[in-house]
Amino acid sequence: MAHAHLDAAAGAPLHPAAREVLDAALARGYADPRALHGLGRDARLLLDNAREAVADALAVRRDEVWFTGPLDAVQRGLLGLAEARLHRGARLVVPSVEHAHVRHAARWWADRHGGQVHEVGVDSWGRAYDGDLVESAIGGDVAAVACQLANHEVGTIQPAGQVELPDGVPLFVDGSASLGMIDLPETGWSAAAGHATSWGGPGSVGVLVVRRGTRWSNPFPGDPEPQDFGGALPDVAGSLAAAAALQATLAERAEVDGRRRRLVDRIREVAAALPDTEVVGDPVERLPHLVTFSCLYLSGEALVRELDRAGFGVASGSACTASTLEPSHVLAAMGALTHGNVRISLGRDVTEQQVEALLAVLPEIVGRLRSEVGL
Amino acid sequence: MDSSLTVTFGGHPEPDLELDCRGMLCPQPVIELGRRHTEVPVGAVVAVVVEDVAARTDVPAWCRMRGQEYLGEDTAPDGVPRYRVRRLT
Repeated sequence: MAHAHLDAAAGAPLHPAAREVLDAALARGYADPRALHGLGRDARLLLDNAREAVADALAVRRDEVWFTGPLDAVQRGLLGLAEARLHRGARLVVPSVEHAHVRHAARWWADRHGGQVHEVGVDSWGRAYDGDLVESAIGGDVAAVACQLANHEVGTIQPAGQVELPDGVPLFVDGSASLGMIDLPETGWSAAAGHATSWGGPGSVGVLVVRRGTRWSNPFPGDPEPQDFGGALPDVAGSLAAAAALQATLAERAEVDGRRRRLVDRIREVAAALPDTEVVGDPVERLPHLVTFSCLYLSGEALVRELDRAGFGVASGSACTASTLEPSHVLAAMGALTHGNVRISLGRDVTEQQVEALLAVLPEIVGRLRSEVGL
Repeated sequence: MDSSLTVTFGGHPEPDLELDCRGMLCPQPVIELGRRHTEVPVGAVVAVVVEDVAARTDVPAWCRMRGQEYLGEDTAPDGVPRYRVRRLT
């Protein structure tokens, strides 16, 4: 059997609908869309089409959407809100399980302005409470609050749609792991970021949404207003491919995510029955395609290596696999076992056969690695 | 270092067994705990001494998963974190 890629959250093949669009757009949309000549106008038209499609798909306005890199979308989304409110203070509030991109951006900005980052704790499923976020935002010196739509490592959905912040404190919503599967809340937030990878688009494309009427100031050098790709030459073809992938993903969402949800339930069931193994994250209110579990006494690196040898590509949040000696901050914040960790994320084309083949070898691999350490 | 020193830190009774896991990386300290906690009788205290920060999460998680009691963290005389566990089964 061919190698099964079960690490879709970290990178997935382009959605077929995006591939067709990408080829066509590469042939026509390479010029600078800000240029006044004909090819520039062509590129401008394509980029505006992409913007309109993404705005429709995300149920926001066209003039609220910018294309950029995925990391840039997170940084400008959160820090642009904070920068505009710096006169009130430089304190940022983030759940302890936010993506490292959010946590690093928050720390960098707070340090630069003599502020601090207040990390809000989570429950054993990795969920922050909206009440805790609201309470932490009281005090008059909070520049912005961040909350992800769902957790990128354990899948737990966060209460981003229920956070009613006091005193005009703006909310940044990180949808980088979720958009395409989970919708943005209708109201209650000021800026959001998305990563085209989560909906089958090009991995290099991100989307920044800044709601109309939001106070936003560029935290980086350049034009004070939001711009596509931070003012650099826009990736028109990539943006159009991302838009096409998002439309296609939403159109097939009920079928694809229903299937992925059932397959994840099946993996959760088998993993939970393994001896000394803990399945982490909310079993119901979760991303449809992602499941994480930890096996006592095993190293995540050994599990990833052995599963790879058996034909399955999976991820791990354990320290020894993350090119750092720090264990996953998400697992640690939840109080979950940080070693022996496996994260499986299913792409849109995953098959039941692939999942059953994985589940057929998993108990034997866990048992063999356990016996190697004498436990 | 003189390992026969008996000192009480933070008012805690000295553990009945102290596992010196200094320099070990995860999951080795928890493997040591899993292998050797049965060397003490039920009700006795085992401590794991280790610098690796994963132990701060993983020793309490081991207790939860294996039905043992996590007593808390203090420090060994050399300042290395020490995680204390009561054997319940």
